[in-house]
Amino acid sequence: MFPILIKKIGAGLLTTLGVSIVIFVGTNLLPGDAAQIRLGQASTEDSLRALREELGLNLPLYQQYFRWLFNFVQGDFGTSLASGNVTIAQLISDRYENTLIVSSLTAMIGVPISVGLGIIAAMFPGTLYDRILTLGSVTLVAAPEFFTATLMVLFVVFFLGIGNAVVVGSIEDKNLVELITHFILPITTLCLVIAAQLIRMTRAAVLNVMSSPYIEMAILKGIPRRRVVMRHALLNAIGPIVNVVAINLAYVVTGVIVIEVYFGYSGLATLIVQGVQTRDYILIQTLGMIFCATYVILMMIADLSSILSNPRLRHPK
Amino acid sequence: MDKKVVFEASNLCINAVRDDGSELPIVKEVNFQVREGEVVALIGESGSGKTTIALSALGYCKPGLKISEGSTLLFDQDLSAMNIEELRQIRGEKVAYLAQSAIATFNPALKINEQVTESAVIHGSKTQPEADSFAKGLYGALDLPDPDNIGTRYPHQVSGGQLQRLMAAMALCGEPSLLVLDEPTTALDVTTQIEVLKAFKKVIRERGAAAIYVTHDLAVVAQIADRIVVLYNGDIQEKGSANAVISKPRHPYTRRLMQAVRPLPAAGKKDKENKQPGNVIEINGVSAGYGGDVTSNPKEVILKDINLQLARGEVLGIIGESGSGKSTLARVIAGLLPSFKGDILLDDQKLQPRLEDRPRSELRKIQFVYQMADTAINPKQTIGNILGRPLEFYLNMYGSKRKDRVLELLEMVELPKEFYTRYPHELSGGQKQRINLARALAAEPEVLLCDEVTSALDSIVGANVIELLRGLRKNLGVSFVFISHDLSTVSAFADTIAVMYKGIIAETGTVHQVLSPPSHPYTDLLISSVPELRVGWLEEADRNIQEAKNKLEQGNLT
Repeated sequence: MFPILIKKIGAGLLTTLGVSIVIFVGTNLLPGDAAQIRLGQASTEDSLRALREELGLNLPLYQQYFRWLFNFVQGDFGTSLASGNVTIAQLISDRYENTLIVSSLTAMIGVPISVGLGIIAAMFPGTLYDRILTLGSVTLVAAPEFFTATLMVLFVVFFLGIGNAVVVGSIEDKNLVELITHFILPITTLCLVIAAQLIRMTRAAVLNVMSSPYIEMAILKGIPRRRVVMRHALLNAIGPIVNVVAINLAYVVTGVIVIEVYFGYSGLATLIVQGVQTRDYILIQTLGMIFCATYVILMMIADLSSILSNPRLRHPK
Repeated sequence: MDKKVVFEASNLCINAVRDDGSELPIVKEVNFQVREGEVVALIGESGSGKTTIALSALGYCKPGLKISEGSTLLFDQDLSAMNIEELRQIRGEKVAYLAQSAIATFNPALKINEQVTESAVIHGSKTQPEADSFAKGLYGALDLPDPDNIGTRYPHQVSGGQLQRLMAAMALCGEPSLLVLDEPTTALDVTTQIEVLKAFKKVIRERGAAAIYVTHDLAVVAQIADRIVVLYNGDIQEKGSANAVISKPRHPYTRRLMQAVRPLPAAGKKDKENKQPGNVIEINGVSAGYGGDVTSNPKEVILKDINLQLARGEVLGIIGESGSGKSTLARVIAGLLPSFKGDILLDDQKLQPRLEDRPRSELRKIQFVYQMADTAINPKQTIGNILGRPLEFYLNMYGSKRKDRVLELLEMVELPKEFYTRYPHELSGGQKQRINLARALAAEPEVLLCDEVTSALDSIVGANVIELLRGLRKNLGVSFVFISHDLSTVSAFADTIAVMYKGIIAETGTVHQVLSPPSHPYTDLLISSVPELRVGWLEEADRNIQEAKNKLEQGNLT
């Protein structure tokens, strides 16, 4: 099993390295360099040259890349180009915390509920419950996020009268009820967005296993239906389910621009929009790398869990 | 004679429900009884409804089937009147099921012992420790190695034959009164089949359980059944005691089934009319294996220093159990797996080891016919396209020329011209295998590599395919490499036989030479393992088999 582990981790590191080259070269293709952006209108030939030398921009590109990478792995992400002398680390830390809170709450609430609903749908395929759930999840998959978000605002804020349509303010010194009203909108919307895919894929994965001969055998052995699903089928469906969960969680961290902008929530996704608007490509590089690392780590966890759930890989002959 | 009736099917009719709601009868008014301590065999080809009937003893119908009339009684209780929960109480406890493929019926994610004992524990007839020790006793009784620890393994960690016996343990753990065995030895090699049959027979006798034994193999039935029910197309053709049905079959269909069981031929009566001078294929010192660098230094060497000749127009039979390397040899000849040592000559010309390096003209001369026509034929193409494609690829035939040739090929494999526009799923298993064969013949090859081409077919259909091969050989002069684990099939068709054992050629010679003593101990083992169509053979064969095994072990030590 160890060779597989090392292979997976190695593949993850290689992917990250490859993405880092793409991100670095990509951002360097943009017109203007750090010196020009920082000096702006006030630049002269001399001041530009001086700043370029100071920042190491006169070096060949590959040397710049290695310097950047070397600093990056040490946690030195550089200084923002747009916001004066603020370091990128300072800029990101608050936002990262915000994103982390929302995505882990979504994961803790949305994943178990969705997977559970999917399993129940697979237990009773073709029943009214299954059809309603399928209809609901297909509708949700098809609906754009801003539409789902709008519906949630309409329902939660205007009908139920809970919370605000925007999520602002600090969460310190808030009690449980205030915290719930604070987060209810982005989290329910995100849960709905990931639930659609999770329910459908879990149902499909479990149903796929349910048609195997060993499930028929379990039924013919007189095993109760609940145990057939929970013990015999689910163990074999973990691999595909974990993969879908990982893809959806990665999406929650990196791809929720619409949701964050809609609710005015200051997370990482809105920060990258800001970075693009202000041409702060050092910020873009760093966020790109963080998103990539999140993806790679989540995928690696998914791969490892499906290996761990498969005795053929856990105990080779 | 008046033992208690365990199971009774009375006037049982089962229908398949089509998508449009119409019903198609699968089982028609079947009546039979199983008494205490009795083994009743249901015998017939695939599609005869034998599995459907057997499953009805568990109150189970495959999806899409339903009992339309009649009843199935287990100890005088009507199974079709029971609800899911009542059925669940009975399944595994009073009646247990053994399926054809243990590899498919064991859950790959759970340890063996949990699967063997769970039914008894869930039904409450045994506590977990009781079930564990009972299971260990069963493992011992079934001649499984290391009975104390085998249960802690996962299914993929034991061999196919062992898993088949473990499945018997799984069925027996709840001490059921009725066992339903669905082709439990069909997927096994002859040598393994004997072991499993012996173990089954022993535990059935010892525990006095009644059994329904489903199979298409009369020779196997003769060893284990007390009574035989012959089925065809959902109808009972004939039933009676095993002795009576086998020694005096009344129904013509039973006689056809019996003819399909080929005894080992008296050797030396081969017609050699097609013999032409020279070898079409020569294999000189070939070694091959998998893993690592296949072309120079593979991790696991499968074939070791193989030397074989295939004379023009002849049939070379290759026989051995699974894992002996016979399919690997075919893959090496075809170039699918490059050898790392030795040469293969085709018409005295050296062949490149890798398929990619061989010119099209050489590829054309060697064609592969796979075991499973279902997986080898593209289900989305018409028969016309399946057969036409190699004509375009190898022979540049297009348009009406192509169509004419396809129709010729269909005629050659004795299929009607109308099949030109059909799709594979509209054909039966035997017909698909004929298409599979015609596709290989389309290339006008010199050598056909046939890998277990009759193994997936019922005995009668398989015998017909062998007849067809014989005709093709006579008319076309094609040479064959014919791979099978079934000694009687090989010796009925081949001129020379090579016996493979653990990646080497244990013995080679004409059919007569190989079948007559003295032969290699492994050949002896194979010969004495072929079931004969008479009651009581199993017990007699046991001694010969044990002798051959001992010799084989001694031979390996020295």
